[in-house]
Amino acid sequence: MTFSLFKSNPGSRRSVIPGFGITLGLTITWLSLIVLIPLAGLFLKSATLSFDQIVAILTSPRTLSALRVSFGISLGAAAINAVFGVIVAWILVRYDFPFKRVADAFVDIPFALPTAVAGIALTSLYAPNGWIGSLLEPLGIKVAFTPLGILVALVFIGLPFVVRTVQPVIEDMDKELEEAATALGATRRQIIWRVILPVIFPSIATGFALAFARAVGEYGSVIFIAGNLPLVSEIAPLLIVIRLNEFAYAQATTIAAAMLVISFVLLFIINLLQRWSARYAR
Amino acid sequence: MPAEFDSFTSGNVETRRRRLLTEPPVVRTTLLTLGIGFLVLFIGLPLVTVFTEALRKGWDAYLSALHEPAAFAAIELTLTVAAISVPLNMVFGVIAAWCITKFEFRGKSFLITLIDLPFSVSPVISGLVFVLMFGLQGWFGHWLSDNNIKIIFATPGIVLATIFVTFPFVARELIPLMQQQGTEEEEAAVILGANGWQTFWRVTLPNIKWALLYGVLLCNARAMGEFGAVSVVSGHIRGKTNTMPLHTEILYNEYNFVAAFAVASLLALLALVTLVAKSILEWKLKQAHALHAKSIANAES
Repeated sequence: MTFSLFKSNPGSRRSVIPGFGITLGLTITWLSLIVLIPLAGLFLKSATLSFDQIVAILTSPRTLSALRVSFGISLGAAAINAVFGVIVAWILVRYDFPFKRVADAFVDIPFALPTAVAGIALTSLYAPNGWIGSLLEPLGIKVAFTPLGILVALVFIGLPFVVRTVQPVIEDMDKELEEAATALGATRRQIIWRVILPVIFPSIATGFALAFARAVGEYGSVIFIAGNLPLVSEIAPLLIVIRLNEFAYAQATTIAAAMLVISFVLLFIINLLQRWSARYAR
Repeated sequence: MPAEFDSFTSGNVETRRRRLLTEPPVVRTTLLTLGIGFLVLFIGLPLVTVFTEALRKGWDAYLSALHEPAAFAAIELTLTVAAISVPLNMVFGVIAAWCITKFEFRGKSFLITLIDLPFSVSPVISGLVFVLMFGLQGWFGHWLSDNNIKIIFATPGIVLATIFVTFPFVARELIPLMQQQGTEEEEAAVILGANGWQTFWRVTLPNIKWALLYGVLLCNARAMGEFGAVSVVSGHIRGKTNTMPLHTEILYNEYNFVAAFAVASLLALLALVTLVAKSILEWKLKQAHALHAKSIANAES
């Protein structure tokens, strides 16, 4: 099957560079052993259940609530990241301020910092006796151990995605375009809405989708700050772990398979978005 | 006098032009405040917290929290896992990138999507798939227990989950660069009589070394810091199957905050070192790109 799928282009000139067969073979073998077969095993396992069983697992109140919490709050976090990510990308490219290069490098911290470290740090910041938590406490706002805490953790995790997809587009943007618009009498506001935003919009959408996809699956940074109350602040990945620890493999597998299907649909959308933004970038 | 007049008007036009090409001062200040405030709130403060919490009871408490057999065991396990999984993924990444960038074949973009797949899988699910395969109730569970081989709740499971999670990192960094560099140099080498290995070591590798190092660096940071996937397959046996992130979790859940943040501070330092090295490599990469573009321009002229 693989060989009919990945065949050297018929009609194209045969490459003089050696190693096509062996590198393709090794790539597919290693990919299958580590990624494809294990993932297929997951779907096979959930396929041993009847349709009714699958529906029963997925529509149980606790599963539904966990999926709603994961997807709902991820959507909110990705939206916050879309807004602030564009602002951060904009000031990093267009404005000057002290320690700008340090700030630029630090945008990648959520990529590099282990999620468990982020989780305990955010929890102690937003706990009622923490630096930020103690400021919010008198206002009656509780962040740690509530769904709001999940939002904070997911904003942290998704922060670099929008910045890093939008930033290069702003860097590549032709300033002459803005100059031309100015010369033609456009105001700055018109230029932002009619010239700049249409150019960077596909990259905002891509960054949003990437941040959302990452947030949906996130586990390490969330479980410390969430409080993990079933039906309230329990995320889907945590429910998978709980079911696994109860040896309820069928349940864990079914929820995982459902999440994977949704993630793959997301991945497909991200691919379309990236193709769209690549077309605009030219 | 006329000269002065001239410079005055041109200066005026210049400032007017610049003013029209940027936002009004109020908007600028607002955006700067929002952007920097957001970064300080979500990145600066958490990072500072790790170190202040770790040092809350002073250096002695900090050092003694790290001077503990369980902490040592966690550090050792983390280093072992990274030492196995990172080189494997490095070799795979180079092979996959070679195959994808040096040849034209049908299904290429599909193959790239498959390589990227682990990025869009929840870490928890990355661990779960290996429990389903090698756990006691898994596909190979009986055979493994009959032959007394332990994968889940042991180091091999942790290594497998880590390889899964860090699978795309190296290939991801290499593919765009090697695509941009094309195949002419390799073709020339082969026509001049070099074999495949010589072509790779003498022609390709020098061209991609910074990108390769960059990919390895990111792969390593993730391998050492992975939590969700490893947590599912490890079994949390203290001193045996606890990596540093898992050890942090256990200490934190035991309300041993200083010790938890002490281990966390080591991981945070790793992240900071990774970022510094990353910035240096990005600069080197930019130079390599510029050099390449220049050599092409020279060849064409």
